[in-house]
Amino acid sequence: MNDITMGAANLPSASSAAGKPVGQQGKLKAVNLNFYYGVYQALHGITLDVPANRITALIGPSGCGKSTFLRTLNRICETIRNIRIEGEILLDDENVMNVDVTLLRRRVGMVFQKSNPFPKSIFDNVAYGLKVNGFRGRLAEAVENSLKRAALWEEVKDKLHKSAYALSGGQQQRLCIARALAVDPEVLLLDEPCSALDPIATAKIEDLLFTLKDQCTIVIVTHNMQQAARVADRTGFFLLGKLIEYNTTEIIFKTPTRQETEDYITGRFG
Amino acid sequence: MTLRNRWRKTLSYVMLSLTGVCALVAVCILFLMLGYLVYNGWRSVDWDFFTKLPKSPGETGGGMANAIVGSFQIILLATVIGLPVGFMAGIYLSEFGGKTFAFLVRYMADLLNGVPSIVIGIFAYAVIVIPMHVNSALAGGFALAVMLVPITARSTEQFMSSVPQTLREGALALGASKWKTIATVVVPAAYRGIATGMILGVARIAGETAPLLFTSGNNAYMSGGFTQPTASLPVMIFLRATAPYEDWHRQAWAAGMVLLLLVLLVNIAARLILSRGIAVQK
Repeated sequence: MNDITMGAANLPSASSAAGKPVGQQGKLKAVNLNFYYGVYQALHGITLDVPANRITALIGPSGCGKSTFLRTLNRICETIRNIRIEGEILLDDENVMNVDVTLLRRRVGMVFQKSNPFPKSIFDNVAYGLKVNGFRGRLAEAVENSLKRAALWEEVKDKLHKSAYALSGGQQQRLCIARALAVDPEVLLLDEPCSALDPIATAKIEDLLFTLKDQCTIVIVTHNMQQAARVADRTGFFLLGKLIEYNTTEIIFKTPTRQETEDYITGRFG
Repeated sequence: MTLRNRWRKTLSYVMLSLTGVCALVAVCILFLMLGYLVYNGWRSVDWDFFTKLPKSPGETGGGMANAIVGSFQIILLATVIGLPVGFMAGIYLSEFGGKTFAFLVRYMADLLNGVPSIVIGIFAYAVIVIPMHVNSALAGGFALAVMLVPITARSTEQFMSSVPQTLREGALALGASKWKTIATVVVPAAYRGIATGMILGVARIAGETAPLLFTSGNNAYMSGGFTQPTASLPVMIFLRATAPYEDWHRQAWAAGMVLLLLVLLVNIAARLILSRGIAVQK
């Protein structure tokens, strides 16, 4: 049964054309997740179901735990000492704690708030993930393909061997997306990817997310509520380490059931 | 102007002048020393100095070819032993060190950095020269390596730590293992700094005399190998300068200048590498 639904989810055109109600196939699930930095509890019992091939936005004020939550999904939070996680995160119904961490991160890619290209050439940046994962095949083709998927190819095709630092901020962020896409992740996590970008660069990245939706499941943390409203199929509202409300974006923005959500959405927060 | 105000102004002026004079004295001493060394050394250095072996006491002429080669031998040994150990230790401190153990290692490295170099010489003498019953390049190289390890470890750690955490996360998020991340992203991002630290470390030990005095010994001829007594420039300067022959004093000046120029060149090269590195990384 599970295999059948997953199969459908993996066929992009089938799932989007069918127009199924969102949230039918849970790609990633958090079940009663608690997160501690030392003794400080940053997340309280988060239970959330991320549907496959949809964009899920997480919104909320600074320090509400949405980034922390995102960082538990690919276990990148483990780079910090003294953290503790309770509860479960399931990727295709498998507990991520039982998956080899490098394998997990190959399947669950991440794009960070501040673009972080490596001090290498544009080509080597995109090829990096392929190389460390033992890619055998035509590297140049794979790199070109990833850059095209990230809508950056036309701008960089003549300077692939120049330093990535020569690119503009928006281009660097798309390069980081291309880098993440190169290893063909099933899930793409984006941590405020547009916070340092101007509206034009932001629009490019949002357009990009729409095209990527067919190929992978996207979770995006954003401070920008218009952005969540524009791109997301589902939206979760975090406050003080708790998931206050999680529903389709339309319901969250038009008819939220919780007072806190409405206050935040309408700017009456605090 | 009141008396009090005038007094304040005078005091301020006097103190300001005093700091200026002291700064001038500090710089003057350095330049006097350099000038005197270069003046004497320049007159004494000739082609023979680089190509000939030393003459017997009392004879004039000859050179220090053996000491120049010997110095390179000893420094090469110290580099081969000291740099890898220091480099790896630096990586450990920056990337893996827990709280207590890393603190301890760091503290020990700083202590070792401050140990008088003659004490390190005695240590090398005790663990290598006494068991082997002979002075050797090996003992000298080991003593210098002991000095080089903490220098390299601390500078490597410092440059590795200055690589932004976001770069590490970027690599880890692509499925790179921790070691792969360090080897392919963190070290390449910091390598100019690390290399500079290493070169400066080598330059620093190149001029050390005390650790070599009773470890590498001296030799009137080319060293017969790493287990044989080996002449080196710093020890040669010490022996020549304290001997009662006029021509040996001349050679001591020449050796001093050559050593100084070598260290100076290496220093400048290292700083050039570092400044270019910063320019590339914005």
